[in-house]
Amino acid sequence: MTVGMTGTQWNRKDLVAIADLSREEIELILDTTPQFVAVSRRASGIKKVPLLQGRLVVLWFHEPSTRTRSSFELAAKRLSADTLAIAASSSSSVKGETLHDTLANIEAMTADIIVIRHSCAGAAHLLAASHASHIINAGDGRHEHPTQALLDCFTLREATRKRLGNPQAGLDGVRIAIIGDIAHSRVARSNIHAFRKLGAEITVCGPSTLLPAHIERMGARVTTCLRQALEDVDAIYALRLQLERQSSGLFPSIREYVRLFRIDEESLKWAPDHAVVMHPGPINRDVELSTSVADSPRSLILRQVTNGVATRMAVMHLLANSPAASGHTPS
Amino acid sequence: MALALINGHLIDPASGISEPMDLVIADGKIREIGRGLRADETLDLEGLVVCPGLVDIQVHFREPGFESKETIASGSRAAAAGGVTSVVMMPNTNPPIDNSGILELVTRRIAATACVRVYSTACATKGRKGEEITEMADLKAAGAVAVTDDGNDIASSAVMRRVLEYAAMVGLPYFAHCQDEALSEGGAMNEGYTATRLGIPGISREAEDIRVDRNIRLAMLAGAHIHIQHISTAGAIEIVRQAKKRGARVTAETAPHYFSLTDEAADQFNTNAKMYPPLRGPEDIETIIAGIQDGTIDNIATDHAPHTATEKNVEFQYAPFGIIGLETMLAVTMTYLVKPGHVTLEKAIELMTTGPARVCGLPAGTIAPETPADLCVFDPNATWTVTRNDLASKSHNTPYLGKTLQGRVRYTFCGGNLVYQCP
Repeated sequence: MTVGMTGTQWNRKDLVAIADLSREEIELILDTTPQFVAVSRRASGIKKVPLLQGRLVVLWFHEPSTRTRSSFELAAKRLSADTLAIAASSSSSVKGETLHDTLANIEAMTADIIVIRHSCAGAAHLLAASHASHIINAGDGRHEHPTQALLDCFTLREATRKRLGNPQAGLDGVRIAIIGDIAHSRVARSNIHAFRKLGAEITVCGPSTLLPAHIERMGARVTTCLRQALEDVDAIYALRLQLERQSSGLFPSIREYVRLFRIDEESLKWAPDHAVVMHPGPINRDVELSTSVADSPRSLILRQVTNGVATRMAVMHLLANSPAASGHTPS
Repeated sequence: MALALINGHLIDPASGISEPMDLVIADGKIREIGRGLRADETLDLEGLVVCPGLVDIQVHFREPGFESKETIASGSRAAAAGGVTSVVMMPNTNPPIDNSGILELVTRRIAATACVRVYSTACATKGRKGEEITEMADLKAAGAVAVTDDGNDIASSAVMRRVLEYAAMVGLPYFAHCQDEALSEGGAMNEGYTATRLGIPGISREAEDIRVDRNIRLAMLAGAHIHIQHISTAGAIEIVRQAKKRGARVTAETAPHYFSLTDEAADQFNTNAKMYPPLRGPEDIETIIAGIQDGTIDNIATDHAPHTATEKNVEFQYAPFGIIGLETMLAVTMTYLVKPGHVTLEKAIELMTTGPARVCGLPAGTIAPETPADLCVFDPNATWTVTRNDLASKSHNTPYLGKTLQGRVRYTFCGGNLVYQCP
């Protein structure tokens, strides 16, 4: 069992939503991550630990995903687990099999950890409540993408510690602007929860048609003015723009979106010099982020990717060793 | 053989009676109302209220077509368990009730299997497609008590106008489920903070309000009687209130869940809190209660909408809209309207008896000598926790499971027959 610096223990069977977690639980995951960053950097070149040897991690993706699936797969392999990838159509009803039935079948193969991505909000929640295996939500509709938020918190905390020269610094008082399509973004929701729980201040900014009702009640300041959003920020988090939103009439053109919301050298002038730039990937180059900024030293984007593997290793390690009941995993 | 119901407190909104009174039932009818009455058999109702059998003018009994959810037999048992002795079914069956042949088939099933009085509406357009008007005169002759396209609000205002003009000629009310589907498209719960947090696409209040307004205006143009079903928003209450002041032939209902639950009930992706229109916010509840108090609302109806556990135990987005409500209507109304003092017990009974009976002219909702003995006998003070065993419906999709409610039906009589007795 892993115990955090504050004595927190991990007791959850699943990781479904950041909204469920306490600040201490988030910090426990972040504090468990560096040891797995170290595994990936081993001088010996053997980037592997036997913590999940003999366990089965199922990657069950109902939506196309390259980067999140690869990150989870690599994380599982570096923990020495076996992996099984199942690509499924996004609608269970299409196949005539319910989500519960499919999972029961996967569990019958004695899976230990199920990583699920699904186009419907609540899919991971639905399964976690009634199945014994450990469920990790790898993105459910517009609801949450908890491991993305955790790796983002870890990456921003790491950069903040470096900037301040304080290895104990957290995200308290750190100002973050999340820019783009907030309405359809599970990344925005998970990150607002996680950053807020760690004491950061959040501003969300995007076209009025892509700001969901009452988002301010999640604890975020709301603006449609990019300049206002970027003043005094420590970090800028640009969201990926789903280009099909334009054809569904939510904004008039890419050109106008770029004019109002792109993070580029011009708009960055509104932000302090130390402000860093993040993005969950994959980038639409020169749409939400200019190439010059994406490739600049201010960009943490590739650190996010590297840390993503370590964060997911930390999550799987904690879940697999959780005292919370599991049908197949001895605790 | 006669049965005397003694020592109960009789409430009959039609005659204004609310006092201790005995009743004698014989040959399926009320024979006598008075004090100190006795008969061959006696049932002591000390501490209980006796009122007319309740009337629910919006239920879905799923037969024909969806008998795994509900049948006329099981639905009528659910009604009896809720003290309800007259119900009006919606026509969204498969095939839909859009011609007299189907209605005659349904009428035969009712005669053969129902334990309470079951009436049916008929579709306003063929196949509920919002295109061609049904044979409303024929349907009325076959027993339809109203026309409605149920969950499909007729999209074309021109078709809606013709439907209302024709219904006015035939003399049937139009039951309007008001929703602008272009505005609410893809929505699965109320647009608001809970939906935003859960990442569920929202349904704005305006999607309902806009169509309440349109449909009432078209009904006024057509001279038709329009009945606005299951109001969920503050805005719709205000629109109906104003329309009534202008003299529109409009009646309106709400459902027990719209004055007792908010959209927060859908937290944790609870599909038993998913219905259309969706649960709204506390300010809507407040205005709906005010609308009940000032007479803007004519009746309470459940929109009893059974779905199987398998259908509901899926991703929130894929779960069908609808909850059951017959067994809990009286108790939810007692708990959330009467107990907090929003309305008197007598007014609550009126909203579930004479109110709905008037909307579509049903011979129900009153207690008078020589009329059928349709009675609901309940304990206004008993509290109970809703379990699956309390539900007679084939389906158990209700957000009140596990909730403690006040007011328990003890006996239901329909035509003098004891059709339900609380175990």
